[in-house]
Amino acid sequence: MLVLGPVGFTAPALLLGLAVLPVLWFLLRAVPPAPVRRRFPGVALLLGLKDETAEADRTPWWLLLLRMAAAALLILGFAGPVLNPEPRAAAGGPLLVIADGTWADAADWPRRQERITALLDEAGRNGRPVAVVVLTDPPAGPLPFQAAGSWAERVAGLEPRPFAPDPDALAALSARLPETGFETVWLSDGLARDSRAPLLAALEAHGPVRVVESPRPVLALAPAAFREGAIALAVLRPAAGPEAGVTVSAHGLDPAGIARELARLGLVFAAGATTAEAALALPPELRNRILSFQIAGIRSAGAVSLTDDALRRRKVALIAGREDREGLDLLSPLHYLRNALAPVAELIDGPLEDVLHAAPDVIVLADVARLTEAEAATMLAWVERGGLLVRFAGPRLAASDVARTAENPLMPVRLREGGRTLGGAMSWGEPKRLRPFPDGSPFAGLPIPEDVQVAAQVLAQPDPSLAERTIASLADGTPLVTRRLAGQGQVVLFHVTANAEWSTLPLSGLFVQMLERLAVSTRPAAPAAEDLEGTVWVAEKRLDAFGRVGEAGQIAGVAGSALAGAIAAGAPSAAVPPGVYAAGDRRVALNVIGYGTVLAPAVWPAWIPVEGLAPAAERPLKGEVLAGALALLLLDILVALWISGRLGGPRATSAAVALAALLVATEARADDSAAIRATGQFALAHVLSGDPEVDRMAAAGLAGLTRRLFERTSVEPAEPIAVDIETDELAFFPFLYWPVTADQPLPSDAAYARLNHFLRTGGLILFDTRDADIAPSGGTTAAGRRLREIARPLDVPALEPVPTDHVLTRTFYLIQEFPGRFAGREVWVEAAAPDAERAEGMPFRNLNDGVTPVVIGGNDWAAAWALDPRGGPMVPVGRGLGGERQRELAVRFGVNLVMHVLTGNYKSDQVHVPALLERLGQ
Amino acid sequence: MTDLPAAGSLRAGAEALAAALPPLLADARHLAQTVVLGEHGRRRAGLGDAFWQYRPATPSDEARTIDWRRSARSDTPFVREKEWQAAQSVVLWVDDARAMAFASTPRLPTKAARARLLAMALAVLLIRGGERVGLADPDLPPRRGAGQLFRLAGRLAEDGAADYGAPSVAAVPGQARALFVSDFLGDLAPVEAALATAADRGVRGTLLQVLDPAEEAFPFEGRTIFESMGGALRFETLKAGDLRGRYRERLAGRKARLAGLARQAGWHLGLHHTDAPAQAALLWLHRAMERVH
Repeated sequence: MLVLGPVGFTAPALLLGLAVLPVLWFLLRAVPPAPVRRRFPGVALLLGLKDETAEADRTPWWLLLLRMAAAALLILGFAGPVLNPEPRAAAGGPLLVIADGTWADAADWPRRQERITALLDEAGRNGRPVAVVVLTDPPAGPLPFQAAGSWAERVAGLEPRPFAPDPDALAALSARLPETGFETVWLSDGLARDSRAPLLAALEAHGPVRVVESPRPVLALAPAAFREGAIALAVLRPAAGPEAGVTVSAHGLDPAGIARELARLGLVFAAGATTAEAALALPPELRNRILSFQIAGIRSAGAVSLTDDALRRRKVALIAGREDREGLDLLSPLHYLRNALAPVAELIDGPLEDVLHAAPDVIVLADVARLTEAEAATMLAWVERGGLLVRFAGPRLAASDVARTAENPLMPVRLREGGRTLGGAMSWGEPKRLRPFPDGSPFAGLPIPEDVQVAAQVLAQPDPSLAERTIASLADGTPLVTRRLAGQGQVVLFHVTANAEWSTLPLSGLFVQMLERLAVSTRPAAPAAEDLEGTVWVAEKRLDAFGRVGEAGQIAGVAGSALAGAIAAGAPSAAVPPGVYAAGDRRVALNVIGYGTVLAPAVWPAWIPVEGLAPAAERPLKGEVLAGALALLLLDILVALWISGRLGGPRATSAAVALAALLVATEARADDSAAIRATGQFALAHVLSGDPEVDRMAAAGLAGLTRRLFERTSVEPAEPIAVDIETDELAFFPFLYWPVTADQPLPSDAAYARLNHFLRTGGLILFDTRDADIAPSGGTTAAGRRLREIARPLDVPALEPVPTDHVLTRTFYLIQEFPGRFAGREVWVEAAAPDAERAEGMPFRNLNDGVTPVVIGGNDWAAAWALDPRGGPMVPVGRGLGGERQRELAVRFGVNLVMHVLTGNYKSDQVHVPALLERLGQ
Repeated sequence: MTDLPAAGSLRAGAEALAAALPPLLADARHLAQTVVLGEHGRRRAGLGDAFWQYRPATPSDEARTIDWRRSARSDTPFVREKEWQAAQSVVLWVDDARAMAFASTPRLPTKAARARLLAMALAVLLIRGGERVGLADPDLPPRRGAGQLFRLAGRLAEDGAADYGAPSVAAVPGQARALFVSDFLGDLAPVEAALATAADRGVRGTLLQVLDPAEEAFPFEGRTIFESMGGALRFETLKAGDLRGRYRERLAGRKARLAGLARQAGWHLGLHHTDAPAQAALLWLHRAMERVH
């Protein structure tokens, strides 16, 4: 095979034929176009004239070019061109196929699988053992070199993982490479990764390495952050490129709990930029519903960013008991709370009853002692539905008798009267420090700053449940923060004030962290290690490499430190897969793309060949090329006709018109209007025989009979209808006239089914061979033979010549012969029952009921019935008066037949016998 | 062999065309010089139908010429003389060459069909006017009577074998009138010779050139081999369109030469195209045959 760029030729020797083209050129130039021969008397005048221009004898250069192109295409076509020929020369030895298998692969993973399959097929053809390794899930043992066929089934099961390969695992893999040499094909995900170089070096030591990379740029969505009242979104790409737009959509649950797209935002990469940023401003109600952001149209974990508490803004109602006091802001019980919560929560101010209507997540009561009965009941109900009530102590609470003697449902513990003061001017002790938070406390792991001191507090009554309700205590063990679960919600009491009067706690960073741990506030950005220290997080949602969010299922909890590490590095791993982790009320999302992740394109050494991912399937071009040659040759015909002046002639015009007519002609199909016409009024019908003359005569004959029926009887049929038994519905017609021709096509099976149904349900077909049954040698006529063939599959009963007492002889007229244009030969109808007896004194047998399904004859009745538009007979019948009599009898037969069809055996009824006897006697 | 249906239809068509025109009476001036009897009385004894006079028989008279009824009333035999009647002899020559069988499109009649129709129509008119009409062919000399129409029609329907026709005046009686209908696309020398001979014999007449529109327009393009209708002549061109101008020049020259010949011989020259109505051509012919020089 000869390969030229992307095209190869299976029979390159034929390409030598291209060398003949110049010769062909000269030949074509030398030979003028074929002349037109014309007979023309004026030739005598032409004799002796010379052509003025010698150029005209040559074919125009562009026509030559056209023909040369056609010839060249023919040669190329027969040379067997193949697009993307696969190199047949195959290397030997084992083949290692490596796929990165990260989230960046997921977008076009099927194409990678195809590519792997192609590699396996090729290796299978060459009998090479193959190992397929996905780096995010490396094999535990040595490289699994196996027959390509055994891998082929497993390719479909290969899956990318939503994290990068583990460098340690790769190092181990490099160490386990076999001693023997092998070729490596590395399907890269196109992202730079430090772990790649050592493995590449190890692989190169064993043999050549090829790299396959998708040219499609990887796009990734950075985690959403809440900044200045809006959600900041950023889309990353590894390499700077031209300006490009990308759409990010926000998904979440609507109020009905149905997942849907909540918002959509377009981002634009500036030319040369690797990051596209935009801010999405949403109302808090909508914002809190967002579960994830996705880059539209990309199936990859990198294009999905799960959201967590960082975006969620809790609604916090702040209520203080001393609002009426005039004083400094710094002394306000809500000042520090307000400052701590304002950046991370929606604050609600107002009277308690109004606040409850706003459905806050958290209500903070700063030194509020008493609530009215109604308020207390409403708030208790709210707490039990999941509300978080955070209370701060204060002089008012200390002075009140709330929860003194009995537990107040809105207080976690009972309080001792008065409280205590430590380290003041009037007391002995030092202000107390905080004891480290115990395990199990929501504050566990938080570092305690040295400068946090408590100078005054309210004291809890030492109840049996006090220990379990204490979540933070002072160094001497007195509770500082107590909590009681109530229903789905909880009540938390800080035993100090919310301002700095009693302690320095509100002044410290610990205060903010504690509020955050209590899920009063939410953290503004990535959780720091200490935020998660000492907690265990359970995966709630998992993100797979394709960006699908699923339930996590039963997965062991992850230590907060490990989670914090993964989040900080932006590098989930098999141990900490991406998803949403929950601890209590808090949610942390671990995304594939971290806060600091920067995408960079993979850089390969110059000597490593890098191929595109396009599955270079072989595609023979022979057909296309030859079709092109044929098209050119057809064009050449037209052009040649045009040049020789034959394209515009009358024949060409008529041919074009005929062609156009052929193209335009569409068969008009009967629609319901035909059915309505057929059923609106009784109409005679004839079967189209395919012979236009016969059909015309049949139509005229039925029209004549229709007219006679109109004149003579109360049957007033509509215009006759032509019936195509292949397509038309027969059920509308009680009577079909079927002229049989010798070359009539046999009906199809479907048509036979309809015909048999027609016959069984009382229809009558009058078969007319129109040849008077006169055969040359006394045998059967051609039409008769055809009739037999047509009737063979029909459900026709036993037949007999019309007996003299058949009801057909007296349904309207009393007749005994049934002539048409021909008089003679017998007419056949369904045979009477063999046991039909003629009663004594009766002229007729008591014949069976029903209408004979067929009447068969050859008298060409239609011709005898046929009337021309002026009402005169169309076809002569017989001679003179005898002929007219015969025509009259033919019409009477037709009337009788239609009457028989419509009235059945009515006239066979013996009631009519006396009248008939009287008529017969005349 | 005569194609009877063709002849019949030709005659019928000619009768139909001629029905609209008054009988044509040939120019009376020539009557004096023709010796043929006709319905134009010459006021002298001769071969005619009308009685002129009885005269006593002379020994030179044949016995069968004696009018015995008149002779019986006297002693001397008388001869019954009839009035001389002058009839115009009109000789038709319709080109039957294969060149005449040309029609550029099926919608147009062939030149031959048109030429025969015109000639026949003229013959009908002439015969209705009592003239004697015949062909230039010695087999069918000018005669009168409706029967001659059948013979004419039968003869005119025959096709010749030559590519181009040439008139012959050998059988034309002196002082007769002649009508030559042809396309005159062949060699003009025989026409010239015929006209010269005719002029010598005192035969006057009309040339009617019948041409197909395509022969005027020459609407051909591209490389073409032109063949005469019989195939005897052939001419190949590489660019037929280029020849159009020169062809028309030659055709014009041919017409001019024909006009010159006609003028010299004292004949009329007419041009008729097959896409023009035949009636106009017949009118023109009618008048041309009447016209006196």
